[in-house]
Amino acid sequence: MKRIVSVLLAVMMVSTLLTGCGDSADKYPNGEVNVLNWGEYIDEDVIPEFEEEYGIKVNYKVCSDNETLYSTLSGGGSDYDVIVPSDYMISRLISEGMLEKLDFSNIPNFSDVDAKFLNPAYDATGEYSVPYMWGTVGIIYNTTMVNGDITSWSALFDKQYAGQVLMINNPRDAIGVALKYLGYSYNTTDKSQIKEATDLLIQQKEDGIVQAYVMDEIFDKMEGGEAAIGVYYAGDYLTMLENNPDLAFVVPSEGSNYFVDAMCIPKGASNKENGEKFINFMCSTDVGKDNCESIGYSSPLMSVKDALDPEISGNPVAYPSDEVLASCEQFINLPADILEFYDSEWLRLKV
Amino acid sequence: MKNKWLSVPYIVWMAIFVVAPLILVLIYAFTSRSGGFTVENFTTMAQYVTVFGRSFFLALIATLVCILLGYPLAYYLAREGAGMRRMATMLIMLPMWMNFLLRTYSWMSILENTGLLNTLFQKIGLFALINSVFGTNIEYFHMINTQGAIVLGMVYNFLPFMVLPIYTVIDKIDYRVIEAAQDLGANTRQVFRKVIFPLSLPGVLSGITMVFVPAVSTFAIPRLLGGGMVTMLGDLIEAQFMGSAYNPYLGSAISLVMMVVVLICMAVMNRFGEGEEGAVVL
Amino acid sequence: MKKNGFWSRLFMVLVFLFLYAPIFVLIVFSFNATKSRSVWAGFSLQWYVKLFSDEAIMEALRTTLLVSAAASVVACIAGTAAAIGIYALKRKSRGIVLSVNNIPLTNADIVTGVSLSLLFVLAVNAFNSTFGTRWELGFWTLLIAHITFDIPYVILSVLPKLRQLDPNIYEAAQDLGATGFTAFRKVILPDLMPGIVNGLLIAFTMSIDDFVISYFTAGSKVSTLAMEIYAMARRKISPEINAISTLLFASVLILLILINIRQSRQDRLAKRQKAILATKK
Repeated sequence: MKRIVSVLLAVMMVSTLLTGCGDSADKYPNGEVNVLNWGEYIDEDVIPEFEEEYGIKVNYKVCSDNETLYSTLSGGGSDYDVIVPSDYMISRLISEGMLEKLDFSNIPNFSDVDAKFLNPAYDATGEYSVPYMWGTVGIIYNTTMVNGDITSWSALFDKQYAGQVLMINNPRDAIGVALKYLGYSYNTTDKSQIKEATDLLIQQKEDGIVQAYVMDEIFDKMEGGEAAIGVYYAGDYLTMLENNPDLAFVVPSEGSNYFVDAMCIPKGASNKENGEKFINFMCSTDVGKDNCESIGYSSPLMSVKDALDPEISGNPVAYPSDEVLASCEQFINLPADILEFYDSEWLRLKV
Repeated sequence: MKNKWLSVPYIVWMAIFVVAPLILVLIYAFTSRSGGFTVENFTTMAQYVTVFGRSFFLALIATLVCILLGYPLAYYLAREGAGMRRMATMLIMLPMWMNFLLRTYSWMSILENTGLLNTLFQKIGLFALINSVFGTNIEYFHMINTQGAIVLGMVYNFLPFMVLPIYTVIDKIDYRVIEAAQDLGANTRQVFRKVIFPLSLPGVLSGITMVFVPAVSTFAIPRLLGGGMVTMLGDLIEAQFMGSAYNPYLGSAISLVMMVVVLICMAVMNRFGEGEEGAVVL
Repeated sequence: MKKNGFWSRLFMVLVFLFLYAPIFVLIVFSFNATKSRSVWAGFSLQWYVKLFSDEAIMEALRTTLLVSAAASVVACIAGTAAAIGIYALKRKSRGIVLSVNNIPLTNADIVTGVSLSLLFVLAVNAFNSTFGTRWELGFWTLLIAHITFDIPYVILSVLPKLRQLDPNIYEAAQDLGATGFTAFRKVILPDLMPGIVNGLLIAFTMSIDDFVISYFTAGSKVSTLAMEIYAMARRKISPEINAISTLLFASVLILLILINIRQSRQDRLAKRQKAILATKK
């Protein structure tokens, strides 16, 4: 018995030793930076590049949606230096005093940002955020599994696609889609409209049209032909297209959502300066280009758009026409009671 | 060998890291977002009644299936020779070395509409057969993203926790008791019903606890196999702490109610079993 | 009892098939040539090669092994000491302590995780505001959480061995001149050893398999393999994870088989010796 114990202990120790060596302070003399991003939202090769160039260790984590990000930040006990919330969440974070003002002298590459992204509605003074990527939300569908072209949100509520529709799994986007289909605004504060939209989604679920509520799980399901129709981001569609050429994307005629995700630093971040270095690094032309090519989203950096293959920068999915953009609405932050109403309506759907 | 003081550090540790956190949950459950005392967290819980009902119902089914599969397995195992028994108990423990999330994820590949099982059915011509017999037009069985898939995930993950305690208890039954019963004229069925089964009850009871509790509170299994279509208690709690609905006070209240209901169930059950002190866990 | 017939054997095989089907799928697809997890595209070892250059996975593996090893060893020592102490308590207080001991075992993981995270966040915030430090949840809170849920398993597997001890042996050793500790080491410990080893094994397995409690207590900097898998499951789990799990699984399997072979050889040896002794009589 004794021998078994020693064998076990030895195995444990060897395994810890084997993996235990490696990084130490001398490899990263300039400390660390804690980054929280969305899944599949960066070219993973740029992280080691940054680590090498700046001698800063990157602790990179992902989370799935803005609401999760919000609870992670408010929960305390976490310590992020760079986060990438979307427009409406940024304005909520600013209004709740949860963001740090940026020191733009550490972010010289900011000058490359296209003027139409400066001082946006969500950050009117432009002191808190540096845009990272932007894009539209639309319908992704498998041309071999649907009849004809899809042009309207109505396809999501069409019984002939029972069990084939993937809905987006967060309250603002999902209820927003139904609002648009009904001809209302994404940012309505009229509770009866929100309720009507939720009722529509409940009907859709009860009719068995929804296959699943998903976020990034959609990649696998659309690429594998597991579902015919899904609602997701244009940039992610381009990534899926590489793995399944039968997929198509459309911004429905009723209009859709147009979003900007921007890099911010949360209040009280311990490595603010390293965070700014990281943001600056992400805004350099090469890194921006690598990121765009890897994730398929659209860059707000002018030099990146120029450097990209014209096939990408000329692609209406990635860089839609002004006409399409005009039909799209951006989310704005809603008053607290409407947000709560969203939560309880969402719960009514999911319960 | 009377070193009472040896238990002191342990008792202090448990007081800080087991008892104190639970007291915190209790306090949070009665706290409002602004920090005052409130019972609102409990009154708003009315809207979650269906979730409670569904979670307990699915966990109950999973537990029953675990008994139906686990009891015979443990019973048959105990009748095998020593070498076989050792290997089999090992085989039951072994899957735990592959993380349960990964094993559950693997079920996704098996159960999907275009997954391995449906592909297999397709290949052996099952769908063609069904379609020609019943005149239907099916291309796959819808298995993933259903309550059934969730129950399957629970049974799969928690079955070892049912088998092991039952097996341990049956294995310990004194063979002479069985012989005595046989000598007194009991047939196989009577021996089982009057001797083996009553003696194995403590194992069944602790098996039930070890399956039911994790099943009722799981959030990873419905997330992976339920496709966001079926909300369970674990999802609710997780959403309050780490997810979209951030409200640890409500989350604590839901945890508290769940804990109390589970405790009541266990107490009732142990009454039935006239439970031995400290159920057999290992 | 009667030996098993054909049908009961078949039943056992089927249940084991059910338990191992997904594992089999995982292992097979760790050798797949593409990223797909349901379409076989040919044999390849690329995921095993890529695995070792994947910083995130190696880091998570490191954390997992380190936490599991440290937590199970600490829990093993502390649990054994605690078991001896508990055994010496009066019946009534022992009952109370043991029911507290049962809490982490019978409580839902999510409640344990959530309650610990409340405590940690509160403690860390209080500490930071008094001392102006910047502590946060991380490796240490993860370790504490693991130790906390490991100890009860060790205690439950050591206590029965204590009950089987003959209390006179210890006194006899002392009468023969051994000091308290020597007597303990030479006489008591060997008898407790099987229980301790069992406890260590269970604690280590539980730590490796845990996801929920780690998820709530690890904070933003460290993540275990399980957390990494959960994060990936939202998109697609890389076959590298299949590869690393296959390696872990295979090494445990081999270890267990070796122990098993040794044990059955010993059994056979003991049997033969008995037989020889019997014939000599």
